[in-house]
Amino acid sequence: MKLSVWTYEGPPHVGALRVATAMKGLHYVLHAPQGDTYADLLFTMIERRDHRPPVTYTTFQARDLGADTANLFKTACQNAYDRFKPQAIIVGASCTAELIQDDPGGMAETMGLPVPVIPLDLPSYQRKENFGADETFFQIVRHLARPMERTQHVSCNLIGPTALGFRHRDDITEVAALLEDMGISVNVCAPYDATPQDITRLGAAHFNILMYPETGESACRWMERELGQPFTKVVPIGVGATLDFVAEVAEIAGVKPQFDKTRLRLPWYASSVDSTYLTGKRVFIFGDGTHVAAAARIARDEMGFEVVGIGCYNREMARLVRNLAKDYGVDALITDDYLEVERCIAGLAPEMILGTQMERHIGKRLGIPCAVISSPVHVQDFPARYAPQMGSEGANVIFDTWVHPLVMGLEEHLLHMFRDDFEFNDAAGPSHHGGTALQSTNEPTETAEPAQQTADIIWLADAEKELRKIPFFVRGKARRNTELFATNQGMHEISIDTLYEAKAYYAR
Amino acid sequence: MTRHETPEIPNPDMVPAPSTKGCRNAPILKQRGQHEVFCGLTGIIWLHRKMQDAFFLVVGSRTCAHLLQSAAGVMIFAEPRFGTAILEEGDLAGLKNAQDELERVVQDLLARRTDIRQLFLVGSCPSEVIKLDLARAAERLSAQYAPKVRVLNYSGSGIETTFTEGEDACLAAMVPVLPDTDARQLLMVGALPDVVEDQALDLLAKLGIENVSVLPARTLDSGISVGPNTVFALTQPFLGGTHAALERRGARHIPAPFPFGEEGTTAWLLAVAQEFGVDQAHFDAVTDAPRARARRAIAKAGETLSSKSIFFFPDSQMEIPLARFLTRECGMQAIEVSAPFIHKGIVGPDMDLLDEGPTIAEGQDVDLQLDRCRNARPDLTVCGLGLANPLEAEGLATKWAIELVFSPVHFYEQAGDLAGLFSRPLRRREMLRLEAAE
Repeated sequence: MKLSVWTYEGPPHVGALRVATAMKGLHYVLHAPQGDTYADLLFTMIERRDHRPPVTYTTFQARDLGADTANLFKTACQNAYDRFKPQAIIVGASCTAELIQDDPGGMAETMGLPVPVIPLDLPSYQRKENFGADETFFQIVRHLARPMERTQHVSCNLIGPTALGFRHRDDITEVAALLEDMGISVNVCAPYDATPQDITRLGAAHFNILMYPETGESACRWMERELGQPFTKVVPIGVGATLDFVAEVAEIAGVKPQFDKTRLRLPWYASSVDSTYLTGKRVFIFGDGTHVAAAARIARDEMGFEVVGIGCYNREMARLVRNLAKDYGVDALITDDYLEVERCIAGLAPEMILGTQMERHIGKRLGIPCAVISSPVHVQDFPARYAPQMGSEGANVIFDTWVHPLVMGLEEHLLHMFRDDFEFNDAAGPSHHGGTALQSTNEPTETAEPAQQTADIIWLADAEKELRKIPFFVRGKARRNTELFATNQGMHEISIDTLYEAKAYYAR
Repeated sequence: MTRHETPEIPNPDMVPAPSTKGCRNAPILKQRGQHEVFCGLTGIIWLHRKMQDAFFLVVGSRTCAHLLQSAAGVMIFAEPRFGTAILEEGDLAGLKNAQDELERVVQDLLARRTDIRQLFLVGSCPSEVIKLDLARAAERLSAQYAPKVRVLNYSGSGIETTFTEGEDACLAAMVPVLPDTDARQLLMVGALPDVVEDQALDLLAKLGIENVSVLPARTLDSGISVGPNTVFALTQPFLGGTHAALERRGARHIPAPFPFGEEGTTAWLLAVAQEFGVDQAHFDAVTDAPRARARRAIAKAGETLSSKSIFFFPDSQMEIPLARFLTRECGMQAIEVSAPFIHKGIVGPDMDLLDEGPTIAEGQDVDLQLDRCRNARPDLTVCGLGLANPLEAEGLATKWAIELVFSPVHFYEQAGDLAGLFSRPLRRREMLRLEAAE
């Protein structure tokens, strides 16, 4: 038994739902109790989808358990076929149905439905959402895709985008455009918007673009083996990664690398003088392994931040992230325990968090700005506007998104100049956030400034007053550094002198 | 009038004429198919805000944890007072002793959260299927942590409970451990937002009814008790199990329409007032002003709602009282009113007031019901979050039902807000101009 407060990933059948909902002409018959239908709202509310996910839940009840849940499943399956006439059906069980061992896959296969029936075996008590999506898509591909003649023109498949993915909708457009610039066409994009019929055509592509290893890697590996299609390893998030991706694709496809830089603005924005203030900002990065790896490279090499910690919640990516952490000289945090992530962030006291919706809440609590880089995300991360993460426009979007939560460069100078001015007082916060920043900065918690807990160090009144003159967004760091400095010097009182000696000591 | 009959509505000139024929005996459509509803765990989201010294520990799967997180919507609490003890492979294979495991989790939890005085072990689908004995666990833990922490258990599993039945199960679990009393008292039953609860208590006090307590109480030390001289009034229609548990303790139910809208609130208060022998003149003196206010507030939304048709999918069991309010006070026409369960002993007084005519349905086959809804093309459809946007995309205006449970909607001062929840989607459709100017 493991106590969980918030979870980064849902159960594996939710992963299967993400694949089913992304596709068209596929239906998912899920043996599950009525409460499991909550999953529909993930798609209809959080992602604002305008149709019901193509799922039939058997919604068995306690009174059915003694009777005949198996028959209930068969009826639901037959009704679903009759009503929705899908091209293929996937069947599986949620965590509760797994316990009653009805074998929905076996039952559905014996029903003689006139379409392919694909059984899913998703162990609910061992695995999680990303596994569920990856495995489901792999099973669909394995059942439906066959070797076939390649397209005459060089083409590829886009593999991995699902429903409820972080910016998957827009990444598809961006990557397709990148490929078109190189004269490569998209044969099938799957699971997003693909039909089972489309899946049967996967073999016609010359190679695969693995957009999201979390949800598409098993299928790509199978297609490499069975259909002879190589797949890309670079995920084109960030300037450097996009350039690497273009080179990798050109190599696989045997075409000339082409990349239109005219719309790429991140390099100039990062070089312009206003961005000087970004230098060495200490950032903590957490999310799924793929997005964390991409974000770490952008943070250090393209924004000039200092990466103080990285981690991921999906164990499947633990090795990747651990190796990366070595490169960056930091410890890797591999956990799906939200409280552990919060403790780690509080301890590192970064100036910015790049994370998921969970870290956004941690940031709110600790008063640390946060930008979202990875699933799980909430409704505001499914924007109406075009906002990819991949390719040129993805890099531009990332620059804006990451800078937005910070106090801007020019504004920071003004805050220093006018720090006693009433409009620039602590409570004012970044002006482009209106009054909202006020709340977060007014909610200091004990964990936000753990140094305050150091009981054997006393701040003299003058020093405390001086500390308050330091802008609020660096004050926590100044307090911690000063206390650390004092402790190391064996001092028990902090005067104004101690404060400035510490400042000089830590100057960089 | 005996106290078991529906109370008469006073001042008939102020309210629509009582229905000549209610729907209490109308035929009920029952279909069995896919249900599109939450399970009882969802109730934790409002119950934990109500009981501020309580922690709700779901013993279940990752799905349970994911449901709570998704249904809670925006996570506003860094560390909420609910969590899930996720069952793992070892727990299921019998490799670990589930009781010991649970004890360990509870120990960690209570060590970290010293503010917790009440702990609810909440059963889920998987814990029910593997027959994990949470009652025994609660008993053991209670003995271990008494008197500092009280540990109770109830089931919020989706195989046994539907949405609001989770609150019912939770309140019912508290009834057997309430201290005995012989005092003559009123128990108001149902978790309401504090502001609404305070308004109701204020009205009861003004009516001269003393000795009123509320279940659930805000904290463990509230001194709430029950006994043969206790009468109770329900503020939510889904509290059938709590109703039965209170009767087992000798308390007596005051049947009444539910306090939605001006008419419902007046009828509810009157039933209580008559039980306590409040005279009509005093009743009118106390209620005249808020009644008039409520009617004015409802009238504004009523302009939008009047003569519009409405279709209820089953969700919270509040559907029948709400249909009564919307048809009688807002001039709407009900096409179908369905509820997951219909307890006539509880919603009977509302059914007496709701005109016969609409389809009354219990339970659900969601695909068949969607077919009926699409055929009827109601002006407004009340449904769960999974159906709302898909129906909007088909051109049907919707009101998501879960908001009715989360928002303050009871009693006089919220009557206008309640009507507003239904009129807003319609007003919004009228406001939006998304096509080219001609």
